[in-house]
Amino acid sequence: MSEAFRDRIDITLTVNGEPVEARVASGQHLTDFLRLELGLTGAHASCEHGVCGACTVEVDGAPIRGCLMLAPQADGAEVWTVEGLTDTAAIQDLQEAFVAKNALQCGFCTPGMLVAAKDLLSRGGIPSRQEIREHMSGNYCRCTGYEAIVDAVETVAQARAGRGAA
Amino acid sequence: MKASVGGYARASDLRHALELLSGSGGLGRILAGGQSLIAAMNMRLSAGDLLVDISRVSELSGVSDAGDRLLIGALTRHVEIGGNPLIRQHAPLLSQAVQYIAHAAIRNRGTIGGALAHADPAAEFPACILALGATLHIEGLNGRRDVAAEDFFRDVFETAIGEGEILTGISVPKAEAKETQVIEEVARRSGDYALAGLCLVKRPAGHRVALFSVGPRPLLARAAMTALDKGDVEGAAQALRDDMDPPSDTQASSAYRQHLAQVLLRRAAARIEGANA
Ligand SMILES: Cc1cc2nc3c(=O)[nH]c(=O)nc-3n(C[C@H](O)[C@H](O)[C@H](O)COP(=O)(O)OP(=O)(O)OC[C@H]3O[C@@H](n4cnc5c(N)ncnc54)[C@H](O)[C@@H]3O)c2cc1C
Ligand code: FES
Ligand code: FES
Repeated sequence: MSEAFRDRIDITLTVNGEPVEARVASGQHLTDFLRLELGLTGAHASCEHGVCGACTVEVDGAPIRGCLMLAPQADGAEVWTVEGLTDTAAIQDLQEAFVAKNALQCGFCTPGMLVAAKDLLSRGGIPSRQEIREHMSGNYCRCTGYEAIVDAVETVAQARAGRGAA
Repeated sequence: MKASVGGYARASDLRHALELLSGSGGLGRILAGGQSLIAAMNMRLSAGDLLVDISRVSELSGVSDAGDRLLIGALTRHVEIGGNPLIRQHAPLLSQAVQYIAHAAIRNRGTIGGALAHADPAAEFPACILALGATLHIEGLNGRRDVAAEDFFRDVFETAIGEGEILTGISVPKAEAKETQVIEEVARRSGDYALAGLCLVKRPAGHRVALFSVGPRPLLARAAMTALDKGDVEGAAQALRDDMDPPSDTQASSAYRQHLAQVLLRRAAARIEGANA
């Protein structure tokens, strides 16, 4: 193999606001790196081909599939997972609404749902239920039937808009 | 499942990427957005690749105005295509197509060059650039060449990109004053690949119809285009039968795909009517 290609790659990034340095395997995806190396088990590895959304985390301000980004590609990136977003209270209202509206049962999909919903709500305004469904369409939930998840996201959108106007 | 990768190298610029490819002994594989490639590697559909990560090559990203056409860098992400004002104004077909491609998190990393090079027969962008008559720019260590969209797509997942070459971007002619562009598709769930899809471009010089997910590659429906030029929408829908020979698979039967294509053509024609009314 040519010298230029490595099977271990050194990366420096920030995860949940903390600087991280690591040497990662060339084929390890970001979700496995977060879970296995950093112990951040909020994002789940499930289908591992982009279909279910359980691995969704925020990279450089936008939600991405953790299973479809290699850890070596995260060099220099700013990564936020549900753990960090919980610590900073950035999604506290969303989390409370998920509980209040029964928008989770087993909770497997919930970290991904929260990251996806945060992205939609960050655009401001009150999305229609159709827009919420469309935005969350890449996140599968095998328990709730989605209705309660849409309720929770809608409630937070309304509450935030009300607060903005007040 | 977990990916099996032969090695990884991050290219700093286009030249570096081409050198990495040529030094890979035929095992090199371009990694752009990774939204098809990493999925395939995780499923072990592809194993042992020497990855040339071009995602940091900034010269391959972005949209610029080149007079009578737009130049779109291969690394321009789906989300950027969807939000770009130049594209909205001059190639609205591409802006419209984005909403049909996968989901927000995938659109945040997937690139138009990756979608074209991947050449999934059910993908939207390949059919769009065929309908628009775009030109693809391909570069290797031996130089640059241009390939017309009509000559680019060869077969399922097969394009005119040769060994050691990189797709650097595409040129799309700007829409003329009276031009209208629409895309229609049917998928089982939002974000899924289409069961059948259709792009319709109406120019003063004539109609262009490109179909996707009805064969091994996107195709121009020439018989339907001729009928539309005569103002005969129903004739065009019937003519589609001569233009395609869709496969039957687990997603849809051939007859169903034919039916869908005809429905989509009528819808697209009605939307263009509406837009010009
Ligand atoms: C769940 C899911 C649903 C999806 N749904 C759709 C959909 O509905 N419609 C759709 O069109 N797509 C869909 N996609 C695919 C998505 O659009 C990908 O982004 C796209 O197909 C590939 O782009 P990429 O930049 O991620 O390329 P990569 O995955 O990095 O690469 C794909 C292939 O192209 C090659 N390649 C990439 N860039 C270049 C280049 N510049 N020059 C030469 N070769 C290159 C790579 O070597 C590889 O073989 C979906 C993906 C997922 C995971
Ligand atoms: S594990 Fe990433 S989308 Fe399913
Ligand atoms: S709560 Fe169980 S998968 Fe969503």
